[in-house]
Order: sequence, then structure tokens, then C-alpha cells
Amino acid sequence: MNEVTGNEIIHQYLRHNKKFPHVLCAGCGHGIVLGSLIRSVHSLDIPKDDVVIVAGIGCSGRLAVYVDFNTIHTTHGRALTFATGIKMSNPKLKVICIMGDGDALSIGGNHLIHAARRNIGVTALILNNNIYGMTGGQSSPATPSGSTSMTAPFGQLEESFDTVSLGQGAGANYVARGTVFHVQKLERLMCEAITKPGFNMLEVLTPCHTQYGRKNKFKGPVDMYKWLKKTAVPVERYQEMKEEQRGDRIPIGVFTDKGNPGLEERYFGLKKELLAKQQAAEGK
Amino acid sequence: MARRKKKQEIFALGNEAVVEGALIAGCTFYGGYPITPSSEIMEIMASRLPAHEDGVFVQMEDEIASMGAVIGASLAGRKAMTATSGPGFSLMQEHLGYACMAEAPCVLVNVMRGGPSTGLPTSPAQGDVLQARWGTHGDHPIIVLSAADVQECLEMTIKAFNMAEKYRTPVILLIDEITAHTREKIELPNPGDYEIHSRVVPSMPPEWYKPYEETVRGVPPMPPIGSGYRFHVTGLTHDRNGYPTSRPDEVDELMQRMHRKIDQFFYDIQLTEETTCDDADVVVVAYGSVARSAEFAVQQARESGVKAGLLKLQTLFPYPRRAMEKLLAHARTLVVPEMNMGQISREVKRVNMGRASVRTINRVDGQIITPSEILKVIMQG
Amino acid sequence: MAKKKKGQSKVTVYPDWCKGCGVCVSFCPAKVLELDETGKCHVAREDDCIHCGFCELHCPDFAIVVTDKKPKDEQA
Repeated sequence: MNEVTGNEIIHQYLRHNKKFPHVLCAGCGHGIVLGSLIRSVHSLDIPKDDVVIVAGIGCSGRLAVYVDFNTIHTTHGRALTFATGIKMSNPKLKVICIMGDGDALSIGGNHLIHAARRNIGVTALILNNNIYGMTGGQSSPATPSGSTSMTAPFGQLEESFDTVSLGQGAGANYVARGTVFHVQKLERLMCEAITKPGFNMLEVLTPCHTQYGRKNKFKGPVDMYKWLKKTAVPVERYQEMKEEQRGDRIPIGVFTDKGNPGLEERYFGLKKELLAKQQAAEGK
Repeated sequence: MARRKKKQEIFALGNEAVVEGALIAGCTFYGGYPITPSSEIMEIMASRLPAHEDGVFVQMEDEIASMGAVIGASLAGRKAMTATSGPGFSLMQEHLGYACMAEAPCVLVNVMRGGPSTGLPTSPAQGDVLQARWGTHGDHPIIVLSAADVQECLEMTIKAFNMAEKYRTPVILLIDEITAHTREKIELPNPGDYEIHSRVVPSMPPEWYKPYEETVRGVPPMPPIGSGYRFHVTGLTHDRNGYPTSRPDEVDELMQRMHRKIDQFFYDIQLTEETTCDDADVVVVAYGSVARSAEFAVQQARESGVKAGLLKLQTLFPYPRRAMEKLLAHARTLVVPEMNMGQISREVKRVNMGRASVRTINRVDGQIITPSEILKVIMQG
Repeated sequence: MAKKKKGQSKVTVYPDWCKGCGVCVSFCPAKVLELDETGKCHVAREDDCIHCGFCELHCPDFAIVVTDKKPKDEQA
């Protein structure tokens, strides 16, 4: 067992030749997600060489460059397509996609549902901050109805996506939700999402104060963490709650866990069969 | 030349020949989305690759995803390709730019059909020539090849893979619907007939490796993901370490190197074929299926005493100007037949600089340009 | 991350990496941390630390490290 703890671990995995502190705003939850990811990989004892981080565009996309894994910063919304190519090419690799809510649910919505349907063995982390942060605070598909943004100055009229139901509907193998306030739980979920076979989806609620909170009556980043603490309830408790108790509470935890083999496993199984048949035919 | 093994002959579609060429070149990954008239490439790949020792085939949800998967596979160390047609080619432009920026070798076959938009899905055209060159945004170098017949589909696919791997760049192979759907006899090359190139992998220890280092060739070595060389790949303008940068000196270095690596190897990249060009007064400059019509027209013109020649372009971009430059010493007239409103003729006129008179034949009705149409213009001198 | 008796933990803050978001300060159960006049986190009452690890886990900028004061073997 490694004796170092907490942030000492993280410093073993950061690229210290990159400029630190990182580019994200004060109080942004993305840093916490990155920390959890590093600790999860460390606790699972996966070699750095076997981890591939595939990130999209946006604030979440910037995380990849800071960690000493194989990192790929792709195009907006398309991280899962690159991940599919990588996983099919080399199934030994642990491919982890880091996407934002606009990234995964809006421009990459098609890729997300098809990756889930295809059950490709990739871990999809969807960092939901309810807004397009890097472009300056425009509405995303996860912006709650009624809140204000740069492109909804009079209040958002559209409904937001429920990422969990979307993932379940598309047939994802493992669907979970965590928050950056409940870090230890988040780490447990992340470890599961990395180790389980098939397409594993983990939505992480990570507050954006700069672009979302300030326009929606949160005084500071701390208020947003307090809000997370208040609204997030474990899914088991949420299910026991009556409709009127639920209100705007958000369930967190594991929603689906099928454990089906991933596409790459099935593909290479098929290949093995075909090659064996060929050999048998040649032998005759 | 004694005791040369007789080559195996097959009766194949242009699309089939592309697959044969790709497999000879060492292609082990195909990610695609079906679209007429390129679908046969995907269908044959779907039956060949899973039964291949190391082949991977995935059907993706759209063309954007196909190209994404191809780049992913390329970064993971495979020779990867996809095939598409007009509308799908438009969707692939986004990731074509990424492949240029990340210097991920890959091959994209575009079977040209009538356009714009859904256009004429089952008719030939050559309308995507300039899109192949300039389709993705930003200043980028790219290699565009074309094939005129089924045998050439096979050859050019092999060459496309070789160039992609040698120069770490996406290579586009343009064929048109006629060539793709022509079935004729072709010879399969024996092993060793073609030189097969694979990307250079780094030999230095990982801690010395810089993924986008300036080298004499301009092409840095490229390790597959997971081989111990951990680095960052990005579509942002990056420095030698692969980290995003906006420092003018670093940006300039990257852009200059990216262009230089293609420009300086023009002698290897710019492929053309000449037919009776040595003393020609009239030179037809053609590519794709039109080059076959042109070849017949040139033959007929010679028979009637006109000194005609054919310059068949196999590489479209970077435009093979040196091959044309040479012919301009004696050619009085250049005839440029194309199944579009004049795309390569712009390049021809640019290189010609007013020396010979340039005559264009343009056809955009979804029909092939016939030899007699070309002959008529040749005879007019 | 088991809770420990007060006075056994060492809290280190890297001011260069701290962005002063205040998450650690407001959630610390033992009120160990404070924001100083530059707006950054500093350790005000280290002896009160119960080593719950909250600040370390929740620092988005990896700027806090909590360790044991004495090496393990010296602790009786």
C-alpha cells in the first residue's frame, strides 16, 4: 500500500512542467473532479501508460493537459468518437472521456446515445455545470428552466436534460450521478465507472460560479457547494421520499448497473471464432 | 525478370479495388457510415476485417464520428481509413482539420457524386476537388490523390496510405462514381511489388521524446498510445511538447513545419502520368474517369495527325506544377475537361500564366465526358 | 482519512496555487483555516485540526496537504 495520501498522490500525477495553478476559476468544481479521478486511478493501481484521457472542448476539456496520462484534447462534442476508435484499436487501454454538459448533451448528444447503445467499453464523465462556461455563460441543455444565462437573459424557457434518464434510455451499462461536494462517494462511483465493463456513464454536478452562479443568486462559490450539500440526496433515500418531499432534490448514486460485456470484448470474441474456423478450414 | 510469379487476376469493382489496396497497404481499421456510391467499400471491409488477423471494423453513427474513430485508431497505432461521398465528406471536414493539426495519418476515400447537397447520389461528378483541398477551416496542408480506373484505385490507395504514414497527414483519395462502380479485370500485386511504408516510431527513451519536435524531415516520430510515451494531443495550436500555446514564435514554427513537411517532398508526392506528351502541341490535363475518355480522344487525334498528349493527374494537391511547367515549353493549347464548372482548371491557369491557351470542357449533368467531346476541342487546336 | 486527536496533524497550504475560493475555510469543521489579507487561505489554528481531510479533497487547486505531524513509527 502506498503511504502517501490525498494531495500528495495528486502531485505524482500532475504535469508539473505545465503552468499551475490551472486555468479554471476559483471555486470551480472541475479541479475536484480531476483530483478524484487521479485518486481513483491510483487506488485501482492502473499504470499511467494504460490510461487514456479523451477530453472534449470547454472548461472540462482543459483538464486533460494537466495530468500525466495519455491525453487527447479532441473537438467539441466528439470525444466519444475518438474514444471508440482508441478502445477498439487497443482494448487493453482504460479510456476515460471527460466531457462537459454542452459537450456531451448538445453537440455530442448523438455520439453519447450511440456510444451507450453500442456499449463500447469507455468511461464517460459528464461534468455538468449547467452552463457553457468557457464561451462566456450561454445556456446549455442542462441549464435549468427558469434560470438566466447570457443567451436567456429573461429566463430559460426550455427544459433541461436529465442526463441519467437519457443514459438509461440509450441503454448505458452503468449510469451514476455524483457531486463534487460528496467527494468520497464520487470517488467510489468513479472507481466503479472505470472498472466495470461496457459503457459507463457518470454525471458529476460541479458548480460554475463565474458563469452560472453569479447570474442565478449565488453569492459565491461556497454558496453553490452549500446548495449541492442541501439538494443532493442518495438515490435510495430519494426513492423512499414522497413526491412533495422531493421538490428540486437531486438523487445521487448508482441508477443502472447491468455488467454486460463491452463491444470490444464481443468483437474480439467474434474475431477469435472466425480465425479458428479459418484455421480449421485450412487444415482440412 | 525471369521466373516472376504470375499475378493473380480478379474481376473487381473500383470500390473493391480500394479495399484490396487498403489491405495490401496494411490497413487494420475501418470506421464508417454507409453512403451511396461508396457503400461497397464499407460492406466489403465489414466482411474482411473481422476475419483478418488484426482488423477492426466499426460502423459509426455518422460521418463525423467515423472520422473521429479513424483518428482515434490512428493515434492508437493503426493504419486507419474511412470512405464516404459528397454529403458525408462535408461532415468529415471538421475532423479532417483535426487530423492535420494533430498530424494523425489516415486515409479518406471520397467517391464523388453529383452535388451540391444530396444532389445526384448515383451519378458521377468531380465537384469536390476544391473542397478536398480547402474544405476544412484554417490554413492547412493536405494531400489529394485521384484514380482513373479500377487498377489505379488499388494502386492509389496503397500510395495514399504510404504518403499518410510517411508525412503524418490525412490523405484524401478522390474517385468518381463511374470509377467506383466500374467492374473490370485487375491484377493483384505480389507481395513485395509495392513498397509499404509505416510511420516512424521514436527510438529514444520516453523522457526525451517531444511529440511535435522540429526535425529535418519536418515529420516527428509517432508512438502508439499506450506504449510508454505519454504525451498530449490537441487540436489547439501547440508547442513542441504538444501543449497548447499562443506564443507567436511557437505558432509560426508549427505552421511552417506542417506546410514544409508536405512542400519539400513534392518529388515524392506529385504523381502524374504522361501519354505522348513529348512533342505535343495540344495537351489534355485530366484526372479521374475523365482521363480515360481523354486518353482515347488523344489516341484518335494522333491518328488524324494532330500532335496531342495527355497529362493525367494522379495527385491533385499539392498541384503537380513541375510536370506541367515542362510541357508548357512546347504546348500551344491546354484542354481541361472536368465534371464540374472548372475547379482544377483554376490551378492549370495559375501555373500556365497566360503561356498557352486554356480550353475547358465542363459538364455538370451527371453524365461522363465522352471522348468525342474532348476530341472536338482538341481538333479545334 | 480516520479522524484523529487534535494537535497531531500538519496542514500545509501552497499559497501560489491557492485561488482563494474559500471552500476549505467555510466547510472546515474545526475552523483551522482562514483567508488572509491577500484573499488566500492560510493555516490559523493548526492544533485544532482533526484530520478529516475535507479541505484536501475539496481543494479544486490541489493547494492543501494534510499530513501527520510525526512519522507513523514515532506515534505511540
